[in-house]
Parts: sequence; structure tokens; C-alpha cells
Amino acid sequence: MESWKDNRQVFWILGLPGTFWLLCFFLLPLGIIWLMSFGEKTSITEVAVTGTLVNYLRAFDPVYLQILWKSIWVSVLATALCLLVAYPVAFAICFARPVWKPLLLLLVILPFWINLLIRTYALIAVFRTNGFVNAGLGFVYDLLGLPALFGPFQPLQLLYNDFAVIAGLVYVYMPFMVLPLYATIERLDRSYLEASLDLGASQSRTFLSVTLPLTMPGIVSGIILVFIPCLGSFLTPDLLGGANAVMIGNVIERQFKAANDWPFGAALSFLLMYATFFALAVRSAMSGRKSGMEL
Amino acid sequence: MPSFHPRFRPTRRRVLGGGASALVGLTFLPRFALSEEEKKLNFYNWDTYIGETTLADFNKATGIEVKMDLYADNDELFAKLKEGNPGYDVIVPTNDYVERMIKAGMVMPIDHAKIPNMSNIDKKFQDAAFDPGRKYSIPYMWGTLGIGYRKSKSDGSVMDSWKVLLDSDKFAGKLSLLGDAQNVIGCTLKYLGHSFNSTNPAEIKEAEELLIKQKRNVKVFADDNGQDLLASGEVDACMEWNGDIIQVMKEDKDLAYAVPTEGTLLWQDCVCIPKGAPHPENAHAFLNFILDAQNGKNIAETIQYATANAAARALMAKDYQDNPAIFPPEEVIAKCEPGIYVGEEAIKVRDEAWTRIQAA
Repeated sequence: MESWKDNRQVFWILGLPGTFWLLCFFLLPLGIIWLMSFGEKTSITEVAVTGTLVNYLRAFDPVYLQILWKSIWVSVLATALCLLVAYPVAFAICFARPVWKPLLLLLVILPFWINLLIRTYALIAVFRTNGFVNAGLGFVYDLLGLPALFGPFQPLQLLYNDFAVIAGLVYVYMPFMVLPLYATIERLDRSYLEASLDLGASQSRTFLSVTLPLTMPGIVSGIILVFIPCLGSFLTPDLLGGANAVMIGNVIERQFKAANDWPFGAALSFLLMYATFFALAVRSAMSGRKSGMEL
Repeated sequence: MPSFHPRFRPTRRRVLGGGASALVGLTFLPRFALSEEEKKLNFYNWDTYIGETTLADFNKATGIEVKMDLYADNDELFAKLKEGNPGYDVIVPTNDYVERMIKAGMVMPIDHAKIPNMSNIDKKFQDAAFDPGRKYSIPYMWGTLGIGYRKSKSDGSVMDSWKVLLDSDKFAGKLSLLGDAQNVIGCTLKYLGHSFNSTNPAEIKEAEELLIKQKRNVKVFADDNGQDLLASGEVDACMEWNGDIIQVMKEDKDLAYAVPTEGTLLWQDCVCIPKGAPHPENAHAFLNFILDAQNGKNIAETIQYATANAAARALMAKDYQDNPAIFPPEEVIAKCEPGIYVGEEAIKVRDEAWTRIQAA
């Protein structure tokens, strides 16, 4: 492999646009928001960076911690459901006939071609009291002659509760779980599985001791890719959630809009970011300790 | 292995040329004192909030081409203009935001000499407490925040008290409130006999406690889609803007709108010219155009809110002019309050109360 130093000019020419982009449109805005989290409002439109910690202190008010805690468990549940559904799906795609694979992958990615907002509105049409799920259930109920026994069909309340929020998050972020899992399962050397079975391990033992550890990197990337956006989501709880649906993303959004308190909103978002960094650091520390075991 | 070295060796002249043209692109060219503005106007408006043909008519009359962008709420408008006007000439903020924007120096004074049609404005709206002398704003539409409900689910009585939404289980699990702190807390304050604009922390606390108590009956805090929830049968009563309910009432005769007897918010959307507008002359021409009687009528016919244009109202059909959901009777209006800009600290107090209500 050539060293980049042999081709400095090419290196700089190819590297500059990306560096420029990241500096100007990622690091700079992020830096401004970070500075703002140490600021105070001086007028309706102006913020002075004074180095104050008051925004962070305010974020530790129990009411915000309670919302944060709720956001965490909603995200954990959504991530777990994603994993449970996506793992068999990824497996099925990997073991499908090669002609089918691109088509199945396309089906996974297809929802991405439609805007998130539209997909969420579509879920409203599916879940609401007079929506498709209830219409379908009602139809089957009538078909079975159940109204004679139990009275008319009572539509299920599927929308405007935590169930709807979690279902919405799972639906929206599923591809982020399927794709990394697919990538690792595809690379899985199947002779390991054969060896395990030949040597007398049961199917379940093979899965737990061979398949699962070997696909762990995919599982971890999938979890990170789903959990982090879930934690910050505000659109899904806003549209699908009920009276209790507020997540930390909604509080942050409100600070930037209705409450017009950017410094506090910035502090809340950065707290979320610090927490995410902390979780990633813990993970890399843990995987570092076991790195001898990984393949 | 021989490697391939692509050579990009731009001459100095070329680098300078490229740099110079890039700079031209980046600098805002000084606007020369043009006697004639280019025939363009950037209009930032709410969705479905202008007559069907108004923009085309304006183009026909003046040759000015209008480009319209849409926003969903005042907060979006405010957040977008807060860091400087991105190029809009005409905006439509609600009265409390007009006041906030005047205080923040975000809107431009209007030259009344260029708007002869100002005489068409209803006498009640010729002046305003939030903008004395109408220096910065022209009234556009006004209305109330009230109760939309399904008649067949309310045993024939008129749901004209905030009690049904805020302090009873009549519609338990089948009611929605709005999703914003200022208005929901404001209406609750009104129900409790306080001012809609109260900044008294004890009164806000009282409203907060009532809302937390009522929350178990609330299905959803809807972001301005209460009328859809009502029309689709998701809820049987909702807190909504009158025009939104009137629009769905046309499709479903079982729906009704009532202004609560305790009084409510009397809002007024105004047309303003934001500071830094690139085409202020065209903006004045546009303001004058929509204040014309016939044009005002076309707008009101489409959007079905109460127009502040008296000359336009006079041209409208009877069922619009005498509709109590659009023009509430004087004694009801007397109990209503316009929303005022309560100040940043009071907004924060309400926002924190709102967060506690949401989390409870």
C-alpha cells in the first residue's frame, strides 16, 4: 500500500471538499450550539455566552430527568423489538436464494424512499379508531358471527398511546437494524455452524454459542443505529403519542420554537450527546477488554 | 508498481479568477437605489390562508410574481426570522407575535400613504393595543379559540363552557386539547376566572393543577389537527380554532362549534413586512391589494375566517355575515381577551408548567 505522502497533491485535492464540508456544516454549527448551552438570553433574539452552568443545572430538575428516563425506556423497548424482528429477517435474507436477495433487501429499504413524516401519517390511517386495522378486525368479527354473541365490535384504541409510539419507532428504524445484521450474517462462515452441529451441539446451542457471538458486531451496530435516533425522536411521539407521550426530543424542540430558549435547548441536547458518548465509551472499553476473544 | 499522478497545477491567474468569482457569489451585492424593484414578492404565509386566485389576480394587476412559502405555526415563523430575514417580504403573524416582533425590531414600519385601502378596515381594528396606530401591522383575519364537538354525542345541549374540556369527564378519553402551552394554559386561566394573559405564578400553578387532574380524560394534545380528530371520530370534543372547525362542519353536519361563555382568546392575524424585506415597495402594493373590497371577499370566501375588512364583509353572502361561529355576538366578544405578548420570563414559567403537565 502506498503512503499518502507519495501523493500529497491527490490527497489534499480529494480530502479538502470533505474536510471543508464537515468543518463548515457539521463542526461549526455544533460548536455554536455547544457554546450556546453555556449562554443566557439577553433579549428576545439575542444570546450571550457567559459560561454559565445554569442551563445544565435546570436540566437536572426532576421533571426533565423523568422525561429523559421515559425516553430511555421507550427507546430501549423499540430497539429490543427491532432486534427481535430484524434478526430472523436478516437471517432469512442471507439464506434466501441469490436471485431473491436483492429484491428482499429492496423491500427493507423501500420505506426509506418515502419521507418520514408521510410514513408516520400513514400509520395514523392504519391505527386510528376507524383505521385499517380496526376495519379489518371488525370485518372478521362480523364474518365469524361474533356480534350475536358479544355485541357489536368495539374498535381497539391503537393510536395516541405508548404502544403507537413504540410501533412507530420500530417501523421507522427497522432498516437500520436489518442492514448491519445482514452485513455480518452474510459474512458468517457457515462451516463454523456445520462444525458445531457435526460435533454434536444442538441447534439452539449452536445458535447461542456460535452464531450469536459471531454476529455480535452487527447486533451492536444495529442497536446503536436504532437506539440513538429513537432517543432523540420528536416527530413520532408528537404525531402518534397520547397525552403522556412527551419525550426529551419534544422538550428540546419546544425550547427552540415555542419557548424560544435556545440556551436551555442546547444544554438539553448536549446532555443527550454526553450520555450517548458515555455509553459508546463504556462499550468500547468493554469490547477492548475482551478483544482477544473476538475474531 | 508505477503509480499514476494526476497533475492539477492551476496557474495563479486561474486561481485568482476562480476565487474572485466565488467571492462575488458570497457577497451580498449592495442594492443600488433602484427606482423600480424587480417584479417579485416573497410571501410567507399559513397553509390555506389566501384566496384561491388572489396571487394570480395580483400578478395580473401589477405584473409582480408572488412566491409563497408556508409555515405551520407562529413559533416556526419566529424561529426562522429570528436570526435575520431569509428574504421574505410579507408575513402573517398573530397579534402577540406581532408585538414580540415589534419589540425585537424584526418588522418594518408601514407607510400608510401607500395603502389607501386602509379605510376599508373595520373600525374596531383600525387601531390595536399591541400596535398603537397600526404602525407595523395590517389586520387580516380574526377569530376565537373554542370548542368543536359532535352534536350526537352531547345529548342535544350546546357545549359552550370550558368545563366540558377542562374540568369534567363528560368526554373522557374522547377529547383533545391543543398542543401549545400559551393557549391551553391561557384558556384554563380563563375558565378559572383569571386573565388569559396572567403572569401570576400562583394562578398559572392553579391552571397547571387543573390540567394535570384533567389529563386522564385527554386523549391527545393535538398540534392543530383537532378538527381532523373530530371529523374522523377519534374524539368527540376538542379545543380548536373556529375556522378549522367551520371547515369540517361543512362536510359533516353533526359537528358544531361554540365559543365558551367564560370567554376565550380573541386572536387577530396581521400582515406585516419583516425588516430586511428585499421588495418593500411590492409588499406595500400587496397589502393595499388584499385590503381591496373585492379581493378581500375572494380571500374570505376561500378561508372562511372572519375578515377584518369591513368593505369585503359587506360583499359576502348572508350565511357568512350572520354565522355566529365566524362572527360571535357582541356580548360574547366582550368577555374575550386578545392574547398579549407576556414577556420572555412569563413564557418560560408557562413552558415549565407545560412540561410538568406533559410529564405528569
